[in-house]
Amino acid sequence: MLINQFLLLAAILFCIGVYGVLVRRNGVLVLMSIELILNAVNINLVAFGTQHDISGQVFALFVIAVAAAEVGVGLAMVLLLYRTRRSINIDELDELKG
Amino acid sequence: MWFLTHPWLIPALPTLGFVVILLLGKRLLGPARAHWIAISLVAVAFVLALGTAGAWISHSDHDTPVTSEVAGYAHVDPKCSQVAASVAAEGEEAIAPVATAHTSEAGHGEAEGEAAEGGESMSQPVVRCASWWSNGDSQFNIGTMLDGQSVLMLVVVTLVSLLVHIYSSEYVKGDRRYTHFYAFLQLFTASMLFFVLAENTLQMIVGWELVGLCSFALIGHWWEEKPNSDAALKAFITNRVGDVGLLVGTIILFFSAGGTWNVIDINTRANTGRISHTALLVASCCLIAAVMSKSGQFVLHTWLPDAMAGPTPVSALIHAATMVVAGIYMVARLYPVFFHGLSIGGSSINLLAVVGAVTGLFGSLLAFVQKDIKKVLAYSTVSQLGFMVTALGVGAWTAALFHLFTHAFFKACLFLGAGSLSHAAGHSFNMVDDMGGLRKKMPTTFWTYVIATGALAGIFPLAGFWSKDEILAGTGGANDGVGTYYFALIMLLLAAFCTAAYMTRTIWYVFYNGEFKGDTHGHGDPHENGPRIAVPLVILATLGAVAGFANLPKKMLGIEMPESLALRFEHLVEPVGAFFPGHGVGFTHAEFNNLLAIGSLLVALAGVGIVYAFYWKGALRPLHGLAERNGMARLGKRILENKYYLDWLYTDVIVGFIKKPLAAATYWFNQNVIDGVVNGVGKTAVASAHIVYDQIDQGVVDGVVNGTATFATETGGGLSKTQSGRLQQYAVLFFAAAAVMAGVLVLAVK
Repeated sequence: MLINQFLLLAAILFCIGVYGVLVRRNGVLVLMSIELILNAVNINLVAFGTQHDISGQVFALFVIAVAAAEVGVGLAMVLLLYRTRRSINIDELDELKG
Repeated sequence: MWFLTHPWLIPALPTLGFVVILLLGKRLLGPARAHWIAISLVAVAFVLALGTAGAWISHSDHDTPVTSEVAGYAHVDPKCSQVAASVAAEGEEAIAPVATAHTSEAGHGEAEGEAAEGGESMSQPVVRCASWWSNGDSQFNIGTMLDGQSVLMLVVVTLVSLLVHIYSSEYVKGDRRYTHFYAFLQLFTASMLFFVLAENTLQMIVGWELVGLCSFALIGHWWEEKPNSDAALKAFITNRVGDVGLLVGTIILFFSAGGTWNVIDINTRANTGRISHTALLVASCCLIAAVMSKSGQFVLHTWLPDAMAGPTPVSALIHAATMVVAGIYMVARLYPVFFHGLSIGGSSINLLAVVGAVTGLFGSLLAFVQKDIKKVLAYSTVSQLGFMVTALGVGAWTAALFHLFTHAFFKACLFLGAGSLSHAAGHSFNMVDDMGGLRKKMPTTFWTYVIATGALAGIFPLAGFWSKDEILAGTGGANDGVGTYYFALIMLLLAAFCTAAYMTRTIWYVFYNGEFKGDTHGHGDPHENGPRIAVPLVILATLGAVAGFANLPKKMLGIEMPESLALRFEHLVEPVGAFFPGHGVGFTHAEFNNLLAIGSLLVALAGVGIVYAFYWKGALRPLHGLAERNGMARLGKRILENKYYLDWLYTDVIVGFIKKPLAAATYWFNQNVIDGVVNGVGKTAVASAHIVYDQIDQGVVDGVVNGTATFATETGGGLSKTQSGRLQQYAVLFFAAAAVMAGVLVLAVK
């Protein structure tokens, strides 16, 4: 079935995204990896949308819009982080240590 | 009738005075003018009392005699009295005598007709009341009972109180607690009037305790000096001893009379055989204890001479004329209880007569060895109260009340006279060392004092002669009386002799005995006091001289007295009816006995004469200094000077026994037995507590608590390692968890 390929692609993309989020130290790259995860979800939504009705694709459009906002906030945080610390290495951000 | 139904106004006035003086006295009138409020209120009360007396006289004087016993309850509010209510419902039946041991033997019914034939008119007491409170079925009233007896006391109390108020405005002038003094005089007057008007025994107790409180406060008026506050305490505590008897007696009467406090109910039921003889006997013995303390009877009289520590006007008002006769008044009020309880009629000895006669004689002996003029008068009061109690004990009811009436005047006069002397002569009451030769310097005091002394000694025709003679006749020792009390007659004759003698001795020391010996502290020679002291003295001396004519005998030395004068007092004061012992139960009036009257007069004159010869003329040489030469006389004098060792008995023997051996024994018992138990319990408790502490508390309870805490600490410590603060570690956990959840979901869906 055609849908299997789409789902496999999405799963691979998701795994790459998760890998990037977990191992990258650069904040910008972590954000980019999150984009990959989101897009993997989008592919799933569109793929399922072709099987049933149009709402899956509409939902994918909403996710793209929300992701744009999310990236805006994320980049602003990274920018402020760089201004205060002169570094965007997220390994150094351990103030939440319990 | 208005006066008879509104007597509550009379005690209300001084009550108002008390409140106003205490709260506003100083501010309203200044520190030294409280007496204006007090005197004017008591004066109004006196006028009201006179109005009440007038109303009572017209109420009791009927043109045609009222002979039905039922009519005696005509003016008793049925709300207040169960008997009056049942009389209204059933008529004669309700008060018909019930045959019992103590009524049947005298043949009550038979003689009742006799009384009616004699044309004796029933007295009609006026009783009004309001509900005080009620508890279940018991109703507690507060009200007024107006009959001859209470009218008599209303007049005596308000009159003496008024004169004492006037007298005090001079005598206590400039005192540091002047306002306070007047406030308490007002409260005393109000309480005494409240007591006198009491409609039920409960109300009597309240009044009784209130006058005791005022007595305490006024004896201790100058409490800064230790003897004064000691005397006040002694008076209060000695009275408490008797008050126990009063409470017990009253409660016995309440239950045995069928649950009523009302005086008329109790009297009617006691008189008609509706209360058992045993109950009456026990109740009257208990009440006699109250009389012994309040009216200064042997052996509880010791507080009364000490009470002279109070200001002299207080002694005159409270400890001579009014409060100390409360006991006499109470016995007279509940007379059927005593008459039947002690079987006074036809007997020749009973407790009341013995107590009275012993007090009468032994009290008068004590007056011989006193140097303090007020102490002489105090023992004289003790002795005279003994006369009154004896009179009640031998069945001479009217004689007791008549003596109360005349005694109030001449004894108040003597006390105020003593105050006048001390006021002029340097504030000392020591007549032997600090007075003397005052006859010419203080003529008013001298003459009033002599007249009152004559009245007290029973010299014809002064008041004391008539009342004392009535008591002597009433003993029935010399003629027809209620019983035949020979011992009372002999003891009272001896007491009368002593009374005349010690009073003459006082006059010698104060008014004769060479020159004035005292020190006036730079006020010059002693001189007569102003009118506010002299006028009350003159009024009281006059009354002391003429009050005896209120109850002239019918026939004396063969001369018939006019009908309108003879036995006026008896007619007005003595109750007649189902609520008072009548002729049927052996209650009679002793006739005037010429021989006895002359005999008692001679005894009194002998007393005066011997002392006169001894002091004035220096005669009777063998008697001078007898106490120094003769062992027996010395012993007697020492016993008298130590007041029969009663104070020693109370303070050293009784209190000492309680303080030393008894207290030590109690202490030992307390330490070893009671504390042993307590300590044993304590030690057991400590030991078991240790076990509980070690095993249960430390092991189980704390184990659980500590275990929980340790568990929390350790899990917390372990978990805190996950809180590294590193985002990616969190993300790893997050995704791992999500993966696990996804795995579980997949497996579960399968």
